[in-house]
Amino acid sequence: MRHRNSGYKLGRNTSHRRALLRNLVTSLVLEERIETTVPKAKAMRPWAERMISLGKRGDVHARRQAAAWLLSPAAVGKLFDNLSARFGDRAGGYTRIVKTGFRAGDNAELALIEYLGSEAVQQQKKERRAERAEKRATAARKAAEEEAKAAGAPPPEEKEPEKE
Amino acid sequence: MPNPKRRHSHQRKNTRRAHDALHAGSLSECPNCHERKLPHRVCPHCGYYREREVIDVPQR
Repeated sequence: MRHRNSGYKLGRNTSHRRALLRNLVTSLVLEERIETTVPKAKAMRPWAERMISLGKRGDVHARRQAAAWLLSPAAVGKLFDNLSARFGDRAGGYTRIVKTGFRAGDNAELALIEYLGSEAVQQQKKERRAERAEKRATAARKAAEEEAKAAGAPPPEEKEPEKE
Repeated sequence: MPNPKRRHSHQRKNTRRAHDALHAGSLSECPNCHERKLPHRVCPHCGYYREREVIDVPQR
């Protein structure tokens, strides 16, 4: 009988599991969307939602309670100053878990967990990533050209870096 | 140690294995790109789930 057995152990002892969950929740508060395994996502969900509830309370005691779980002061600040305000009219259910497939290597089932309404943040991140990739590509091209010049100035042949 | 008393015939072996066949997993159709995908999961071909939830799928 599995009466009164709830929750996830995740193959860890208590302190290891606690540290893992605090790490996951802190990352989720900062990034708003993270990819992890399905059991980890499900195990952290209550904590992720509890943090929003604390943020909505907004008083000093709630702030200290959140700081006792989250690992960085920046996460506490974000939680209380912008994140929780999004959920003013919502009574729970602040997160979404979407299964995304299986990890190459150990075939673990992966999922995204995110705070609802994080689409704008994700879009911004995507644009920033594209920008950085662009910058890296230009830098690599410039470096290749300079190297070609340094190596006795033969005409640069590989002008175009391979694009898929 | 206990040992088998009699050899099993081919028929006995094959009859036992009659129910051991593997079946293909059931797949659903992605409403966005109409590829076959696992149900309740993001489509690995177009990155859609429930008409949005775009996960970037590298273009090949």
